[in-house]
Amino acid sequence: MTPYGSSPLAGSTHDALTRKSTTASRKMAAHRCSCWSWLFILFSLSVFVVADIHETTPVNDHQGGVDHNAQTAEQTADLPAVEGRRWEATEVKEAGVDAAADAQGTSAPETVVPSSVPQPKDDFQEELVIRPLHSGDIYASFQFRTLWDTDFMRENKVSHYRLFPKSLGQVISKFSVRELHISFTQGYWRTMQWGQPFIPSPPGAELWVWFQDSVTDVDATWKELTNVLSGIFCASLNFIDSTNTVQPSASFKPLGIGNVTDHSFLRYATLPREIVCTENLTPWKKLLPCGSKAGLAVLLKSEKLFHSSFHSQAVHIRSVCQDWQCKTTSWELRQTVNSVFDLHNSGQAKREWSLFKMFSRTLTEACPLASSSKLYIDITDNPEGEQFELSPATSLLSQAVVLGDRRTFSVYDLTQETTFGSVRSLNLLIRWKSNEGEMLRPLLHAERYVAGYGLQTGEIHTLMYNNHPYRSFPVLLLDSVPWYLRLYIHTLSVTSKGKDNKPSYIHYEPSKDRVKPHLLEMLIQLPPNSVTEVTVQFERALLKWTEYPPDPNHGFYVGSSVISSLVPSTVAMDTNSTRERPLFSSFFPCKEESSYFVRIYTEPLLVNLPTPDFSMPYNVICLTCTVVAVGYGSLYNLLTRSFQIEEPNPGLAKRIANVIRKMRGVPPL
Amino acid sequence: MGLLSDPNRRRALISMLTRLNAPICVVCYFAGVAWFMGLAFEPFTLRTYMSENAMGSTMVEERFPAGERALATGREFAAHKKKVGGMPVDWLVKNMQDRGLEVFTQSFSRTLPFPDENKERYIVKGTNVYGILRAPRAPRTEALVLSAPCSPGDSNNQAVGLLLGLAQYFRNQIYWAKDIIFLVNEHDLIGMQAWLEGYHHTNTTGMSWSPLQGRGGSIQAALSLELSSDVITSLDLVLEGLNGQLPNLDLANLFYAFCQKIGVLCTIQGKLQRNDWDSVSGYSHTVQTMMLMVMKQASGRPWGDHGLFLRYHIEAATIKGVNSFRQYKTDATTIGRLLEGMYRKLNNLLERLHQSYFFYLMPSLSHFVSIGYYMPAFGLLAVILLLRALDLWVQLNTPPSTTEDGVADIDQQSSPGVLSVLTPLVISHLTGVALYALPIRFQETAVEHFPVSETEAVVLTAIAIYTAGLALPHNTHRLLSGEGTEQGWRVLKLVAVLYLAVLLGCTALINFSLGFILALTLVPLAAFVTPHVPKVLSAFILVILSPACTLLFSVFFFQELQEMPVSFQDGWLLYLSVISQGILDHSLYGSLVYPLIALLVYPCWLLFWNILFWK
Repeated sequence: MTPYGSSPLAGSTHDALTRKSTTASRKMAAHRCSCWSWLFILFSLSVFVVADIHETTPVNDHQGGVDHNAQTAEQTADLPAVEGRRWEATEVKEAGVDAAADAQGTSAPETVVPSSVPQPKDDFQEELVIRPLHSGDIYASFQFRTLWDTDFMRENKVSHYRLFPKSLGQVISKFSVRELHISFTQGYWRTMQWGQPFIPSPPGAELWVWFQDSVTDVDATWKELTNVLSGIFCASLNFIDSTNTVQPSASFKPLGIGNVTDHSFLRYATLPREIVCTENLTPWKKLLPCGSKAGLAVLLKSEKLFHSSFHSQAVHIRSVCQDWQCKTTSWELRQTVNSVFDLHNSGQAKREWSLFKMFSRTLTEACPLASSSKLYIDITDNPEGEQFELSPATSLLSQAVVLGDRRTFSVYDLTQETTFGSVRSLNLLIRWKSNEGEMLRPLLHAERYVAGYGLQTGEIHTLMYNNHPYRSFPVLLLDSVPWYLRLYIHTLSVTSKGKDNKPSYIHYEPSKDRVKPHLLEMLIQLPPNSVTEVTVQFERALLKWTEYPPDPNHGFYVGSSVISSLVPSTVAMDTNSTRERPLFSSFFPCKEESSYFVRIYTEPLLVNLPTPDFSMPYNVICLTCTVVAVGYGSLYNLLTRSFQIEEPNPGLAKRIANVIRKMRGVPPL
Repeated sequence: MGLLSDPNRRRALISMLTRLNAPICVVCYFAGVAWFMGLAFEPFTLRTYMSENAMGSTMVEERFPAGERALATGREFAAHKKKVGGMPVDWLVKNMQDRGLEVFTQSFSRTLPFPDENKERYIVKGTNVYGILRAPRAPRTEALVLSAPCSPGDSNNQAVGLLLGLAQYFRNQIYWAKDIIFLVNEHDLIGMQAWLEGYHHTNTTGMSWSPLQGRGGSIQAALSLELSSDVITSLDLVLEGLNGQLPNLDLANLFYAFCQKIGVLCTIQGKLQRNDWDSVSGYSHTVQTMMLMVMKQASGRPWGDHGLFLRYHIEAATIKGVNSFRQYKTDATTIGRLLEGMYRKLNNLLERLHQSYFFYLMPSLSHFVSIGYYMPAFGLLAVILLLRALDLWVQLNTPPSTTEDGVADIDQQSSPGVLSVLTPLVISHLTGVALYALPIRFQETAVEHFPVSETEAVVLTAIAIYTAGLALPHNTHRLLSGEGTEQGWRVLKLVAVLYLAVLLGCTALINFSLGFILALTLVPLAAFVTPHVPKVLSAFILVILSPACTLLFSVFFFQELQEMPVSFQDGWLLYLSVISQGILDHSLYGSLVYPLIALLVYPCWLLFWNILFWK
């Protein structure tokens, strides 16, 4: 955690600017919000008529939301086959690399509907998704999205910033960034217990950037960029250098628009050892238009946020289509925080959870600058309210296919006064009724470990589980291993079900000592219901003594391997279930739902290298010198020289006598 | 070294060394033994101290409250164990899951090379159950292990209960930075071996196990708990592991520090510490403690479930609860607090335990002898071999009495010399190979032809081959064409002495105790044996000092040290079982003592036997 202080771009100007604009535009925003919400209701009603989904859940409305429910009941009374809940269309979560751009254009209601109203140049949305997990933990995912219709590249000097943070805008224009993804994660996402996260990230820091084609020296730009980002986020990103940077050829495609295939403009690096803490969260919060003063961001208090089982914060910048035709593009900044709270720790005896208990804050208002501010609670596993009880109840429901699974959410719209009830604050409460925590069987999960013992060699095992009962699917495995583990690539073996499984694509770049890491990318077909094991042996290098870190006996980290895949959807799996869908819609699985994009990260590895005993350099030096000088030196001397007894030295008198005799021409004595 | 460069002084030095060879050797031997005995004298030893800063300076609080509940869990476990008649896997899985752990099981099976009569097992099938407490916001790179064996009968139920109690308590704490693995292993060491091999995906001993599903990264330290009573009087620390490996001394220091802090009586080798080092009985007490450690270390077998961790460079120790007739009792809550404290400190570790010593002897829990102090004792013994070798070298190099045609003589003598050295060397090693390989191979044949069990067959075959090796000189002589010359035995003895010196030196570096015990018996034998000493007496001495007899004496001595003396009859039975255990340890866990003795030490001893009967 060595913050890199002197970044030229990490100014705080945008903060002041934001504060000013906050007050100035509050009125306007409020007006726009009401207008927007009206449109929303219209839209959602129309969707409701189309969707016509059977719904038998009784509504639990005993707290807070009485008047709200009454109002909805009035609204929906004249519609046929209505029980009392409203349905709202929600955009499909980005289902994959390819689907990302489409999803923006097709299913977001905001971009379709407001063609009649004057469109703001920039737009801010915030949302919080809370999902009670199988294990009994709570998953909270914040997303803040800022859209700005500008072009950093063309105008070259964008000087007026409103919602978009200036520090990041300057980074984009200065370094010609096409796309930037950075995440800081503390902890490992437990796929077996928690399922898939909305936005996956590996432990430590991860950074991947696509540069524009115009960049000539990508490496130099990358180096400079990491140093600047290190300053902006107070993280040790400046430790990213050529020894931990790779250029993946297939695993990381741009998520925004643009069909770039030349991966020489891509750089990917991870710092698995990076520790994430308050000092990284504070600059992250400063990027938000409302800071942590209003809206959902008030919940982001570090003393509670870093009390969780898992914490991940990320910033994603990309360009997206502005409208249906995609004639112009706009920049999207997505800031996310994902955390998982452990119920065992916080609530001891009573299994209940509330916003206040989790964040030590309640919600009182939406961010005034936000065009939409929503709170979603995942109630898919709880349709009858038998697992947990939610209060205050809401009648607004929404359905979305998230990660191949149809989920139902209760929606709380923070832009509406009624959400906060009479006490002017929203404190969601979940009370568990049943107590179960079993292992999930996610369709795809992976683990990795180092096998063997001793400090000379070892073997990296990567296990990938395909738990789909009848479908096989391909995965892309990306492994970036530091040079000090010398991979024996000839020992690489991929086996599934006891048979050799030949990868259809292998991209391997060997390492260069002290310069660049190994890069191994493989496309592997995972047979249904199987475990695929990738093993490769390595040798541990002996480093030079100055290359060891201050704590060499801790071990050396090897970053997570990345597994990217299009996983067959569980929605498509139950072709038998016509319960929720009309028959005509369910014969062919539709394209968006048939498979979904998943990226999972394995555990990082901690590998011990042979380490000299640094605690006694003096002794070592003394011993070595003694052994060399006395032992070896004299032995060598004895072995190589021959010894002869030489005549004793003649005395001085004799020598003088000899000189005289020589002068006289007489033979010496 | 100028001393050696000067031929005159070199000659003087060598002549002095050859002239005074025997007295110097005797002095060295007794000096070595005296030095070793002096190691147990307290003023000569160092006090233990915590070297690891991450564990030394930080304070932790121990708050474990639920000792009684843990004991109740232990009783429940005992009931289920009795009902199932073995490891209650389902009950354990459910219990660990209820405590919020990620639970996994591993099944294993192993057929022993021959039945183990001590533990009455031959075909072993079992299941290990382990639960992983995931540390919050930790990336699964580091882990600690707490294990308790599921032993047959009524023992160790309290250990499992306390393990589950600690798991429940640890689960509700927020300060964990490393995953903690709670392991209940069946069939003690075999289960532990299966689990460790599964965890590290190695297979050194041909055991079959199912692969592990969950891991916690690289294991930093492990403790194994053995507890068979509700209250205890003292806790005993067991350090000796496979092949005489020891955990880092800081682990022992940590245990000692917490025993002092919490006020639990702690022992090592079952011996309490005494303060009266200046009295004779006090001194003999520390000598006993140290000798027990030396004997245990020399045996090369794991003396607790922790012993197998050490191969994987995981610092581990076993903590045993002892319930004797002493007044002062300690309850389970206190033991729980002690373990909690130790785990909290281990949790604070930033690096692996590496600061303190890995090679040490402990005359008491508060004092230790480091490698720098005990090595001279061995060095003094080993230097005897070098002096004898020098003496022989000089004797070989002094020209024979016939000065004129001496060159021709030497040529004549040296050509059979090579053969006369090589033949006994090869034959004695072949005998060693037979001793190593045949007992297990021929057990079935032996059982068919003699009225013995498999185990007895193996042990008796080993003894028979060992004894048959004594007939070696005759076989050697039959192979040799000419008669053995004076030069011949000198060359053979020179080779044998140097061989022994290298062998003992290497052994002592890895396992000091084994090297030292072997040196104590083999060095005098190597020093005095020649063809010219009285045959019968020397043969008797040689047999007495042979490795097998050393083992026999060690068995009696060990029993004496443990204050459990045995009669000769029982001692002999114990001796036979020790041999079978040694062979089993080798094939089950990869202990190297049996192959070392059979393949290297015994052939070396045979060389000296050969010299004695040189014709």
